[in-house]
Amino acid sequence: MNLTNHMKLSFPSISTNEGFSRAAICAFILPLNPTVAEVADVKTAVSEAVTNAIVHAYPTEQGTVYIDAKITDDRRVIIRIRDTGVGIADVEQAMEPLFTTSSDERAGLGFAVMQSFSDKVRVRSAVGRGTTVTLEKIIHSAYDEG
Amino acid sequence: MIDFTYENGALTARLYGEIDHHIAPRLRGEIDMKCETLRPAVLILDFKAVSFMDSSGIGLIMGRYRCITLLGGRMEVVNIPPTLTKIFTLSGIQSLGVMK
Repeated sequence: MNLTNHMKLSFPSISTNEGFSRAAICAFILPLNPTVAEVADVKTAVSEAVTNAIVHAYPTEQGTVYIDAKITDDRRVIIRIRDTGVGIADVEQAMEPLFTTSSDERAGLGFAVMQSFSDKVRVRSAVGRGTTVTLEKIIHSAYDEG
Repeated sequence: MIDFTYENGALTARLYGEIDHHIAPRLRGEIDMKCETLRPAVLILDFKAVSFMDSSGIGLIMGRYRCITLLGGRMEVVNIPPTLTKIFTLSGIQSLGVMK
């Protein structure tokens, strides 16, 4: 598969950028002519990953969230959301539905949503160095239109 | 973001726009303040005009369910748009018996 488009974003870990990152990723995938449901899926998965970075990666001080998004010629969208924050000690435990370290009414569903709304989710993390979440989804709509 | 009507013991909170971690605390504060002041028999959360919601919205609903139950009332969640059915289904909120 070859790359057809590529973009990079970085922004401070402030919650107003959750909406910005969703809007940016939505604009980036629009040339693939996604369905409304596909747009909602990608926006939701990205929102969860970016929120995790903002809430959990930088609990005491502001940091930077990096997004690297690619579109390949097989209509695959690959979105990497990276932080250089505190990291996750036990990724498997963090990915269990309803697991949360936060007391702020977080539902603990972030990774479950990412997994349900993407085709593939990869999480790499090192304590003290940060976390990288990679989301992959194939956008089918143009095939469906024949 | 949100507007309210109160009629015959029923408080309706009409939510609109996008619900995420950035906006959820403000919605929580406004709904809880109204509930504590009015002590409604039923709190109705209307999602008709919500264009986007992530799991922060699920946390918001579960938190309001706890809050209104503690105040002796009950909750209903109405008008869920088709684009949000997937996250509602995933959340298991239907097991609370609040979705109309």
